[in-house]
Amino acid sequence: MTDKVILLAEDNANDEELTLRALRKHKISNEVVVVRDGQEALDYLFMAGSHAGRNPNQPPQLVLLDINLPKINGLDVLKRIRADARTRTLPVVILTSSSEERDRFTAYDNFANSYIRKPVDFDQFTEAVRELGLYWLVLNEPPPAVRPRTAI
Amino acid sequence: MKAPRTTIQRKLVLAIMLTSTTALVLTGAVLIAREASSLRQLVEREVTTRAGILAANSTAALAFRNPDDAIQVLAALRTDPSVIAAALYDENGQVFATYPSHVAPSVVPRAFGGVAHRIEEAHLVIRQPVLEGARVLGTLYIKTDLRELDERVRMHALVVLGAVLGSIGVAYALSMWLKRKIAGPVGLLAKAAKAVSEGKDYSIRAEAVSDDELGLLAESFNDMLAEIEKRDGALRSSEGRLRQLNAELEQRVAARTAELESTNRELEAFSYSVSHDLRAPLRAIDGFSKALLEDCADGLGEVGSEHLDRVRKAARQMGLLIDDLLSLARLSRTEMRRERVDLGLLAKEIVTSLSQAQPERKVEFVVTGDTTTEGDPPLLRVVLDNLIRNAWKFTSKHPTARIELGRTGGNGNRTYFVADDGAGFDMAHASLLFAPFQRLHRQSDFEGTGVGLATVQRIIQRHGGRLWAESAVESGAKFYFTMWEARS
Repeated sequence: MTDKVILLAEDNANDEELTLRALRKHKISNEVVVVRDGQEALDYLFMAGSHAGRNPNQPPQLVLLDINLPKINGLDVLKRIRADARTRTLPVVILTSSSEERDRFTAYDNFANSYIRKPVDFDQFTEAVRELGLYWLVLNEPPPAVRPRTAI
Repeated sequence: MKAPRTTIQRKLVLAIMLTSTTALVLTGAVLIAREASSLRQLVEREVTTRAGILAANSTAALAFRNPDDAIQVLAALRTDPSVIAAALYDENGQVFATYPSHVAPSVVPRAFGGVAHRIEEAHLVIRQPVLEGARVLGTLYIKTDLRELDERVRMHALVVLGAVLGSIGVAYALSMWLKRKIAGPVGLLAKAAKAVSEGKDYSIRAEAVSDDELGLLAESFNDMLAEIEKRDGALRSSEGRLRQLNAELEQRVAARTAELESTNRELEAFSYSVSHDLRAPLRAIDGFSKALLEDCADGLGEVGSEHLDRVRKAARQMGLLIDDLLSLARLSRTEMRRERVDLGLLAKEIVTSLSQAQPERKVEFVVTGDTTTEGDPPLLRVVLDNLIRNAWKFTSKHPTARIELGRTGGNGNRTYFVADDGAGFDMAHASLLFAPFQRLHRQSDFEGTGVGLATVQRIIQRHGGRLWAESAVESGAKFYFTMWEARS
């Protein structure tokens, strides 16, 4: 389980700390890579910019994507992920404060795998993170390794 | 207006000519007939008188049987060229003398008797007995030519005809004058009326040429036109004003709509940002309070932990408030559908989920009457969810509770209600029930944000209905609502 990287795209330091805390609390010890804006998230995924040198053999297992991200909005990041053959099958969970209908619609319209609203109540929040980790990292079977010629 | 088929002028002339011609022709005919008959009578009388004289003069000649004398007597007829022939017969009816003296026997009959006089073709024939005392000596026969008479009658007829024709001419001239005098002004009036009706130009005036009834008619027509012109002007100007007002109104509506749209967009942007940005700090407050409680429980002590619990509770309450507020704001923006909905079925689902969350509660739930209606299913679910949750909440201090969903009134009047036997409220404060963030209970007694009933009211309003409540403290509450009232 430890070799499975979680990419957390979150610009709010509090939310980041709370998410990491919730993960720790439930002994989800995967490596969590935190990116703080949409551009950095894309750089990490496509090994560009400051993340040009990341290990290409360790693609993220799961992307936790906030919507309100600086530079490139989370929903646009999702569109770019789905538009690229290398990341099209990547599990992406929208993890955000809002449950506005149009956000939910746009997310599912662009094939988000889940849409989770961060509860204000931290007890509920940790519970949500626990179930999320359990489901996506343990229960859920990931898509098969991508074809050799389009290796990430 | 079509051109008149027969002008009044022609009718007038026709009428005058027809009347005068008929009168003149009839009069002429009567005159001619009368003249003819009187002339004939005159001629007859003349001839008869002459025959009487001749007969008297012939007495001696017949008595003495002297034919020469008789011829002399008859020769007196020479003075009248119209006499064709005459004869004197003796008492035996034999010709005694003739005029002219040698006349063809075919002209004068050989013998005859009886009739005094008669008219044969164009001749007048007289037979006059020649008497001496009471003794008949013979008969005088005179044949007069009537052609002269006919000629005179013809002449007379010609004169009368000439007079009739002359009179007709005069009548025609008179009628033409009358036509100009009467039909002329009428024609002008008709022309003016036609011009007005064709050109819709009410500034046209008819020419008043006479001071009789026609002049009065033209004057009245002109007055009428002036009135119409005035009204037409007023109508036009008010029409223009109306158009201008309409345009202004449309402009104002468009401006308002644009304003409203922009306000709506702002509101949407506002709730979007509230939804995203306001909850994050609350999550941090709650999350880090929890972290503090977990990581530094020893340092905080019991009092510190209690305080932090309150901080967390307040943060969570604030989160609920924001959520309720957002859903209330969203209500007026969502599209509404209209479908068949069974309120009883929806209510049972809600009660089931409440019972599952709090299995220790002893609540009896009853649905009475036909609870099917029409409306937006998700919105009606929000209505029932709020009302039943309230009933569930305000009966929580009682060991057992009863919640009822039902319908009152007949088919025409559909009023639904949700009733409970819980804490109820004082009707004195009922006016505050449906205002957002207004609560009738303390937070320490019953938790809540005060947005639920405001939401319910908004939804019921969008369904064309009303919402009201009846209650008394500790006697439960009954919330009534109707739908689609405007339609029935």
